[in-house]
Amino acid sequence: MVAVRYDTVFKLYPYEKVPDQDKPARRHPVVIVGGGPIGLAIALDLGQRGTPALVLDDHDGAGTGSKAICFAKRTLDISHRLGVGQAMVDKGVVWNVGKVFHDENRLFEFNLLPEDGHRNPAFINLQQPYFEKFIYEGIEAAQANGAPIEVRGMNAVTALESHDDHVVVSVDTPDGPYTLEADWLIACDGARSPIREMMGLDFEGRVFEDNFLIADVRMTADFPTERWFWFEPPFKGSGQSALLHKQPDDVWRIDFQLGWEIDREKELDPANIRARVDAMLSSQSGEVPEYELVWTSIYTFQCRRMKNFRHGRVFFAGDSAHQVSPFGARGANSGMQDAENLAWKLNFVLNGHAPEGLLDSYDDERGFGADENILNSSRATDFMTPKSDMSKVFRNAVLELASKHSFARPFVNSGRLSVPCVYDGFPLFGVDALDGPTVTRPGASCTDATVDQGFLLDHLKGNFTLLAIGTEAPPQFTFDGVAIDVVHVPSPSPELSTRYLGDAAQAVYLIRPDQHIVARWADFDAEEVECAINLSLGKA
Amino acid sequence: MPLNLTPNIADADGFYDELLAAHQDLTKDDSDAFNARLILTLANHIGDREILRAAINAAK
Repeated sequence: MVAVRYDTVFKLYPYEKVPDQDKPARRHPVVIVGGGPIGLAIALDLGQRGTPALVLDDHDGAGTGSKAICFAKRTLDISHRLGVGQAMVDKGVVWNVGKVFHDENRLFEFNLLPEDGHRNPAFINLQQPYFEKFIYEGIEAAQANGAPIEVRGMNAVTALESHDDHVVVSVDTPDGPYTLEADWLIACDGARSPIREMMGLDFEGRVFEDNFLIADVRMTADFPTERWFWFEPPFKGSGQSALLHKQPDDVWRIDFQLGWEIDREKELDPANIRARVDAMLSSQSGEVPEYELVWTSIYTFQCRRMKNFRHGRVFFAGDSAHQVSPFGARGANSGMQDAENLAWKLNFVLNGHAPEGLLDSYDDERGFGADENILNSSRATDFMTPKSDMSKVFRNAVLELASKHSFARPFVNSGRLSVPCVYDGFPLFGVDALDGPTVTRPGASCTDATVDQGFLLDHLKGNFTLLAIGTEAPPQFTFDGVAIDVVHVPSPSPELSTRYLGDAAQAVYLIRPDQHIVARWADFDAEEVECAINLSLGKA
Repeated sequence: MPLNLTPNIADADGFYDELLAAHQDLTKDDSDAFNARLILTLANHIGDREILRAAINAAK
């Protein structure tokens, strides 16, 4: 039997009996445990590259509940490469105006005017079930084109046996158990990862003693699409902070930071929730708009990570590997960066284009990303809930000054929006032989810019790519069996020039399949490029 | 040059972290004394009396 732990909003991959269940254990190249956003994204990326991916999920679709709601630009860029980004942007909510309050006072407001020359906005608000559904629709479209992806619903992994060159996986289904084998297994089974438990692995970090009450309310009243954030909100019993922002379908997400010693049952009483929500929604206009409570819950959070994200033939990606506080939207967003980092490497190793050692760089690079995310989200949390008297003195001094002087506003921290980390100085990245902008130095992910009538990232389709700006480069070529795309831009747009040339007159960039920059030069030199490709594949 | 009241510190979060770390494990009295020493040290670096006077007013 497979226990049902939550309801699904979208039934995406209903259980179907497959021949594997009546046969001796069959070997699969890649088995992904968990059909959440990260597991599905890895499957889609692998499948589009022609590498068979089998996803096992113990439910049959996207679960209900308050989960990720803010998806940052990098995530949208990755999703766009996978062919599913536009659906997300079309459904998502984009906001630009934010207001920051302290107690009764409105401290300041900001307007996140979008920067020119990007296909995607800085972020969108979108309920996670939609995000999962759009990726799954991408999988169905890829399957129709012959991509070897299979998703098995109501398949719960119950045991794991690690060997040097494969993993044996025991699976339970509504028709009883069966066994399969995997060359590689990726655990995308969430913060409480059963796989991590089965393997007896660590998950170390810091527990924040705080409870957050979430209320998703639906209101069709005319209410501004703005993000409102309170430090020490004036509404009765509302705790240390409160947040209001909009999601699609007329749903507003409200967070109240309640503190540690609370009576959960009392706080979840709809009458109590409504009292708080009434006070918040009427705080600016004096009137309570009509609304309906769609979802409420109380959660606590931790900032922690596994010491290693790779254990032999098993990888951990997303929340199973690292968990952060929700401030800054670094959970699902960092998981999507795990997904894109791992998918191409696994594909190259399975195809024999790279040595197995390449896979260790996944742990190296994404461990660094996790540390950066934990640092940022811990800082936000410490600002919102000062941990000592003196930090509260400084925090309140910052808030007071911020209402009068712009210099104090950068200190105000209610979460720093997730941006991809730069793999500065990591071993798989090469020379910076261009006097170019820092934003596009080796290690960075490519920032978008207009190219002809479209966008640069549209040209980075998941192969190694040479980007030649204002200079010559050979047409598409193959090196050691690896296809190298060439994007030739004779006359760059102003944005491309600012972001990729700076003071340089011309440039050649080598870009990895995950759109991170390997190396850059002023001119094309075949030998230099080949060296950088080898380095990038862990062959140097 | 008048007192700069626009953002001027690169990596504001990192600086803020470092500032609070300097207070970690200090008693209230020690923290107050540390703040005083820090203000005097920074004031000496600024030197310009006009700027210091403007800063005192800005913080009031």
